[in-house]
Amino acid sequence: MSLFEVKNITVAFGGVKALNDVSFGVDKGEIFTIIGPNGAGKSTLFNVISRIYEPSKGEIYFENQNISKTKPHNISKLGIARTFQNLELFENATVLQNLLLGRHIYKRTNILSEVFFTPSARKQEHEYRLKVEEVIDFLDLQHYRDTLINGLPYGVRKNVELARALCTDPKLLLLDEPSSGLTNEETIDLGFWIKDIQSLLGITIIMIEHDMSFVNKVSDRILALNYGKILASGLPEEIKNNADVKQAYMGE
Amino acid sequence: MRFIFKTKYSQDINIAKHNGDRFWYSLLILIMVALPLVLDDFYLGEISYICILSIAGIGLMILSGYTGLASLGHAAFLGVGAYTHAFLLTNGIPFYASIPIVIIVSFLVGAAIGIPILRLTGMYLAIATLALGFIAEHVFIKWEHFTGGNRGLPVPQPEFLGMSFYDSVFFYYVCLVFLIAAMFAAINILRSPTGRAFVAIRDSEIAAQSLGVNLGLYKALSFAISGAFTGLAGALLAHYIGYLAPDIFNIFLSLTLLLLIVVGGMGSLHGTVFGAIFVGFLPQLIAICRDYLPSSIGSQPGLEPMLFGLILVFFILYEPLGIYGRWMKIKLFFELFPTYKRQTFKKQKVFTKSDRV
Repeated sequence: MSLFEVKNITVAFGGVKALNDVSFGVDKGEIFTIIGPNGAGKSTLFNVISRIYEPSKGEIYFENQNISKTKPHNISKLGIARTFQNLELFENATVLQNLLLGRHIYKRTNILSEVFFTPSARKQEHEYRLKVEEVIDFLDLQHYRDTLINGLPYGVRKNVELARALCTDPKLLLLDEPSSGLTNEETIDLGFWIKDIQSLLGITIIMIEHDMSFVNKVSDRILALNYGKILASGLPEEIKNNADVKQAYMGE
Repeated sequence: MRFIFKTKYSQDINIAKHNGDRFWYSLLILIMVALPLVLDDFYLGEISYICILSIAGIGLMILSGYTGLASLGHAAFLGVGAYTHAFLLTNGIPFYASIPIVIIVSFLVGAAIGIPILRLTGMYLAIATLALGFIAEHVFIKWEHFTGGNRGLPVPQPEFLGMSFYDSVFFYYVCLVFLIAAMFAAINILRSPTGRAFVAIRDSEIAAQSLGVNLGLYKALSFAISGAFTGLAGALLAHYIGYLAPDIFNIFLSLTLLLLIVVGGMGSLHGTVFGAIFVGFLPQLIAICRDYLPSSIGSQPGLEPMLFGLILVFFILYEPLGIYGRWMKIKLFFELFPTYKRQTFKKQKVFTKSDRV
């Protein structure tokens, strides 16, 4: 069985079918990339997985559990974390606060213990911080702990968002265009990090990406979408030589 | 410039970040405690009122400044707190028992109102809370058994710890203690996961949700906590006024609270105190100015609301971070002197934000 499975998902906005009967499975420990031209339905797919959009039809399974009806705020508790295409960081908070929010799902304190900041609340903060520091070390964010997101360059912000997702200790990580807006060097670093997330942390990754050389370097399998339908799926080599994919990107 | 060498995580968790903080805040508390030695009853009364406004400001700040939800009807919570407190005292419940009940009642009222109303956002939420203010005012008029209606409700001034609330020095200390307690409570909430969740909701609901923050629950919680603080302020306000009438808790009081947090500085607890000092002393200042203005201007009845409005507009336009923001800038200027750059606080344009997810 796959770790994660999408079965016959259809999403319709009025008459437009953003996703049309899409099915695929992702195995544990895989880096699975979704490619496709603009408007192919890639981000819609992510938003369906994180339950922001309601699918018109179909089901999603994570660890053999149907999550099509799970509340959006419970998705991360199951172990699915995500980043956003256009960055959704908490702009007026420091990097540290952003990352600490990644630990929110492990909250044990209630409002009373927080008002009095009991020893257990303090202990919890320490535990949060330990995990956050691990991620900070992992992604080289030591310099920026106390900087407001407002004052950070774009590349670092992308990194912070990845870090925040990692702080939730996910089993499955959804990355929406992780390399967009990054310089060449940053993209190369990102490639190493993604490989490390897979091999060192054992996290399965589903990624939407446009940079094909980057995609071919890191992905184990690729799924190509166009107009909400699956064009092809398979190993990077197969996708590269697939006639339908070539046509969708380059025309006749 | 001060460089803090951090060796423990506790240093980031503690309220006082370094010995400088400890020194200055202790000094401030000492001065506040010593104030009755030098000030007469009138000014003590004014400062008690500022303490009460600050507590109410903390309530609204948590809701608007930290969770990003506007409220134009917060006087309703002041009213709930004041009437509940007066009602309980009238029925012989002692002060020390009444205050916790007031806090719980306002918390529950906040939650009960928050759960349905917070399905709205932005402008619609503002209008709904505005309506809430008017509805509350009407309830205070009509529910005569509880509030005395338009006849008003005298607030009993029982003895507490063997002292009378008529004694302005004692009342000043009561207000001060509650302000300090409220401040600590607010700081504690804000440095805990709940406070961070509030900030997350303010800055990006969608990201907050994907990190496991239950939006509905935390918005309602923010409304309830905000209500609890404001209700506490209302209870103290009842003692301060001495006689409750429904029209005290009108839209103008709500707007004063809004002015307080905007002028003080959105998103800072310091701002609530700065703002409270500002709106607390402003009417006195205007009253003094009236004497020096030509009578055609000085005796105009609408002078005060007009000035309030003007000041609000000027702050939003020229100092959106309020008095606290200005204070931070001045502090930084001296810390960096002479290398301070004007550009430091120019807001960087952000092109990445959009409605797309």
